[in-house]
Amino acid sequence: MGRLVYMDNHATTPVDPRVLEAMLPYFSEKFGNAASRNHQFGWEAEAAVDQAREQIARLINAKAKEIIFTSGATESDNLAIKGVVDFYKDKGNHVITAVTEHKAVLDTCKALERAGKAQVTYLPVDKTGLVDPDDVRKAITDKTILISIMHANNEIGTIHPVLEIGKLAKGKGVLFHSDATQGVGKLPVDVESMGIDLVSLSAHKIYGPKGCGALYVRSKGPRVRLTPMMDGGGHERGMRSGTLNVPGIVGFAKACELCGLEMETEAARMLEMRERLREGICAQLDEVYLNGHPTHRLPGNLNLSFAFVEGESLLMGLKDIAVSSGSACTSATLEPSYVLKALGVGEVLAHTSIRFGLGRFNTMEDVDYVIERVVHEVRRLREISPLYEMAKEGVDLKSYSWAR
Amino acid sequence: MAYSNKVIDHYENPRNVGSFPKDEANVGTGIVGAPECGDVMKLQLKINDAGVIEDARFKTFGCGSAIASSSYVTELVKGKNIEDALQVKNTHIVEELALPPVKIHCSVLAEDAIKAAINDWKKRHGGSSGEGQKAASNE
Repeated sequence: MGRLVYMDNHATTPVDPRVLEAMLPYFSEKFGNAASRNHQFGWEAEAAVDQAREQIARLINAKAKEIIFTSGATESDNLAIKGVVDFYKDKGNHVITAVTEHKAVLDTCKALERAGKAQVTYLPVDKTGLVDPDDVRKAITDKTILISIMHANNEIGTIHPVLEIGKLAKGKGVLFHSDATQGVGKLPVDVESMGIDLVSLSAHKIYGPKGCGALYVRSKGPRVRLTPMMDGGGHERGMRSGTLNVPGIVGFAKACELCGLEMETEAARMLEMRERLREGICAQLDEVYLNGHPTHRLPGNLNLSFAFVEGESLLMGLKDIAVSSGSACTSATLEPSYVLKALGVGEVLAHTSIRFGLGRFNTMEDVDYVIERVVHEVRRLREISPLYEMAKEGVDLKSYSWAR
Repeated sequence: MAYSNKVIDHYENPRNVGSFPKDEANVGTGIVGAPECGDVMKLQLKINDAGVIEDARFKTFGCGSAIASSSYVTELVKGKNIEDALQVKNTHIVEELALPPVKIHCSVLAEDAIKAAINDWKKRHGGSSGEGQKAASNE
């Protein structure tokens, strides 16, 4: 067919042409440093940034001044967690998070543990990937200063019970951080009704440019303080020094504005495409398993395990389709997806998993093409698979003794 | 990670996919790897009484490099006697397929598969024909 289909929108998204258009003047025409206080160029850039803060804040029902610009959600996660742990160290050092968090959160927690600066509880999840708010409640001690639970998971799309966790955190006077990178702009995220004190956001997951993100930091009820990671001039209310990426920020804001306007219709369209993809594949193949929650899930996310077919070999067969896999063979460290392991999916099904991430620029034609190709390749690879053969012969693969 | 053309070729046009009946006297079957590791190779060799590999079949659960390694091995060993086949080293496979360092273990598994298949055949033959061949080559 000769076409390339991009269906890996959880990894990144293309920049929306409207976003690019909004950014362009800020490269070579209105190129001033937003911190230059004494001339037109600076004022112009500053005005653009101020407007951007407004637009981004609006998407999560925050105040403009509560938006701190960073280089991306990874930096925001680092700043939120390290910043809180350091500032509130006299109050306590216990952090609660979950095993399925993004590495930006998990590695940050591990670094703090190694440095002796925090004690971290990593909560388990159930087999659909949900954290139990009751587990959160039970884990809170008088030394707990931060709970960090993401809004929606990037691999399996499962949406955590953020509302309940927020209520719990407020009740116990513990700060609540949520990495909402995947959910913001796709589903309503309201820091007031959800009781979230810190939120990490990223532009490149919502059709904005890479290298630009933000951290929402609550200013009232309570006022959240942080120790900055970046020193050098005191930008962003002293929380994050460094010249602002004005074009990136303008793009980020435009992306947020578009998401706000189009969220409802887009979410409905994503869901329709996702369900068509899922039904189309499952109608033609057996032994296909859904990873993650069937309904509390990002509308554009589909994560399926195809028994007896290894993920990377399937990706190779789908060479004109961009998706990703939880297989060990696709990771640089040769470890299978830790998120799938945490679901109790088992290593074998982790190796056979494929993540489809639908986005704004996908069409029903894309979906139908992907269904056709996936079914074809899975069938072909099952014919090559000794496991499929053994399963058909009635061999119990779980109890078979493998010569490793 | 871009794949080498040879890996792609073996993946898209795998050689000798399939199975011989396992209980046939002149078939040696080797199954190596484990599903938990993401790699399982089944290699079957049809070996005549003179100890020469007449035909081969494979089935593999694993990445493109694993499939290519086992497919290549079926081509490599056809026509070899079992002593020569046992001399096949994973490095030959790595070189032929231009496997990157992170995929070298796939070639090791393929080498193990050859040994496992031959050992299985030897077990079924009580070592008789194989040893006769060995004795002859030592003279």
